[in-house]
Amino acid sequence: MAVEEKKVTIRRLKTAKDLGKFMADYYYELDDAVKSGKNKIAWCTSVGPAEILRGMGFLVYFPETHSAMLGTTRMATDLIPAANAIGYSPEICSYLTADIGAFIQGKTPLSKAFPGIESVPKPDVLVYNTNQCRDVQDWFAYYADKFNVPLVGVNSYRSVGEVTPSHTASIKMQLENMIEPLEKVAGRKFDMAVFKEAVRLSKECSDLWERVLATGSAKPAPLSFFDGTTLMGPAVVGRGTEAAIDCYNLLLEELEERVSAKIGVIDDEKFRLYWEGMPVWGRLSAHSKLFAGLGANVIASTYCSSWIFSALDPEDPFESMARAYTELFIVRDDDHKEKYIKEKIDFFKIDGIVYHNARTCPNNTNCLYGMPQRIENETGIPSLIIDGDLNDLRCLSDEQTKTNVEAFIEQLEENR
Amino acid sequence: MGDPLTLFAGIDVGASRTKVALIDSNKRLTGYAVEKSGVDFSKTAERCLKISLNMADAEKERIKYAVSSGYGRKNVPYSNETKTEIACHAKGCFHFFPEAITIVDIGGQDNKIIKLDDKGHRISFKMNRKCAAGTGAFLEEMSARLDIPLEDLNDLAAISTNMVKLGSYCTVFSGTEVLENIRNGKRIEDIVKGLFYSVIKRIVEMDSFSDKVVFTGGVVEHNPYMIEMAKEIFNKDILVPEHPQLTGAFGAAIYAMESVKA
Repeated sequence: MAVEEKKVTIRRLKTAKDLGKFMADYYYELDDAVKSGKNKIAWCTSVGPAEILRGMGFLVYFPETHSAMLGTTRMATDLIPAANAIGYSPEICSYLTADIGAFIQGKTPLSKAFPGIESVPKPDVLVYNTNQCRDVQDWFAYYADKFNVPLVGVNSYRSVGEVTPSHTASIKMQLENMIEPLEKVAGRKFDMAVFKEAVRLSKECSDLWERVLATGSAKPAPLSFFDGTTLMGPAVVGRGTEAAIDCYNLLLEELEERVSAKIGVIDDEKFRLYWEGMPVWGRLSAHSKLFAGLGANVIASTYCSSWIFSALDPEDPFESMARAYTELFIVRDDDHKEKYIKEKIDFFKIDGIVYHNARTCPNNTNCLYGMPQRIENETGIPSLIIDGDLNDLRCLSDEQTKTNVEAFIEQLEENR
Repeated sequence: MGDPLTLFAGIDVGASRTKVALIDSNKRLTGYAVEKSGVDFSKTAERCLKISLNMADAEKERIKYAVSSGYGRKNVPYSNETKTEIACHAKGCFHFFPEAITIVDIGGQDNKIIKLDDKGHRISFKMNRKCAAGTGAFLEEMSARLDIPLEDLNDLAAISTNMVKLGSYCTVFSGTEVLENIRNGKRIEDIVKGLFYSVIKRIVEMDSFSDKVVFTGGVVEHNPYMIEMAKEIFNKDILVPEHPQLTGAFGAAIYAMESVKA
């Protein structure tokens, strides 16, 4: 008889439904605003200055989240070529190419997920921060032209070691300089009190999200990286709102119950892994089952932790935002990144690291300059590199990924 | 000494070829087969088993346990367990060379670099990335382009006196380079040696290497001249097991034997 596939148990979180409702409410509110015209809409990059926008009464839409949906629904690979054809290379960010491809073809996964929504909400202004990459600026520039709306943004530093006052002074000034053009679009004055409240809520959301992820340090871990990639929705699109905080309070309660009862997200957690890099959105379920089937739980990641903004301080909102959005992992140099990953290895009691070499996202790929070898040499924690992409499924081989992951787990088993 | 009648089967269903190795309780190779994998992995695995049993002059019932490996490892009807080809190559090579080694397996569709410590434990492994450069598929593509049978490449490379170096690591670009060299009047044997050189260079780029390097896989089984070239490029002796193409299947058979003992 041929060897049968092992049945895999992955425990779903009950509160995932509440988070799903949060996302539905969020998109319907945006859609309603477009139809009624009662709120202005700002498009913002996922780690852009959302708090300022909330401080001016904008509803905030995040194209990156839309792109991730294009990925999870596996629409992206069919849409990307439309963007390639108008000059956006298949080698650049496949969030950008998928989203622009969807725009060109008038498609959105929102219509299927949320009946009644026909399109993404039309922007009144586009706001970026290049702390992630330059691609977001190009991406938003495309829409600024198409919608004929203003484009404002922050040009961040790259490869930052220690975050110094000169860094934050520059970013702070750029944030402050946004106010005037945003006031013109909003048709109202900037309200410092509302802004400070948004920063306070954002910080609270960030702290709760950090605590949610920290539950992964328990053995067995009550959640996985694959859960985290969808659970983080409110931390991305809802920071600066009460509703996001409510969601994470519920989620945290459920996770803490699991920790107390020693209930893991998978049955037999033999190995604890760390994921470095972007998820492969179109393979979340497949990868989750692949690892779980081998008794391995990917319990923590750099990616999900990228929406923790510990420096936010409502009493010093501009300066603290400048710091929070510059302290991010993706903005930092390799020394800092390696120290960060080593701390995560210790905290989460990690047995191995999986690096995702995302073809179209070099900024979120950290296995191209010798980092895996350096970390492995220093810590003795073995690592695996898998080739793939966040959205463009033409860039990956499922069979190679499977063989690599299985061989990696065999290696961990043999050396235990 | 184990029971001489008991056999263990290792099946390595690769993207290009399916290999079966039968061993007895003393890890002696009693039968083997290598066939094109084709499109029906199950049938090919059955056919290879039949050939191997004939060679061993044995009945199927004597096989106590079977471990399958390779891309089609889940498609072998008579397999009891699966292991990745990484594990099986490591196991097979360490049997022949029980020391700290770096294994280079050049397969039909991918290359593997596997590092073992002196106890046979895997320290690390790497598989080649997304393209065919440096694999058997690259040589197949080039033999078609040059209109030379695959089995003639080795002898041609061996008589080369002025190797043509190919700069690209993309199969398509290399194809263009080959055509350009033909147009410029370069000799076929010098181009073929350049192709061999290109395969080895792709390997060298994949990882660092320990003192002892073992080459396995169908490409070196059928192109032994590549080993001579590798010796020069690595500036060291290169170890090669007796049946380099069978190493994965042999390792799978050892796993089968160990599974029964465990």
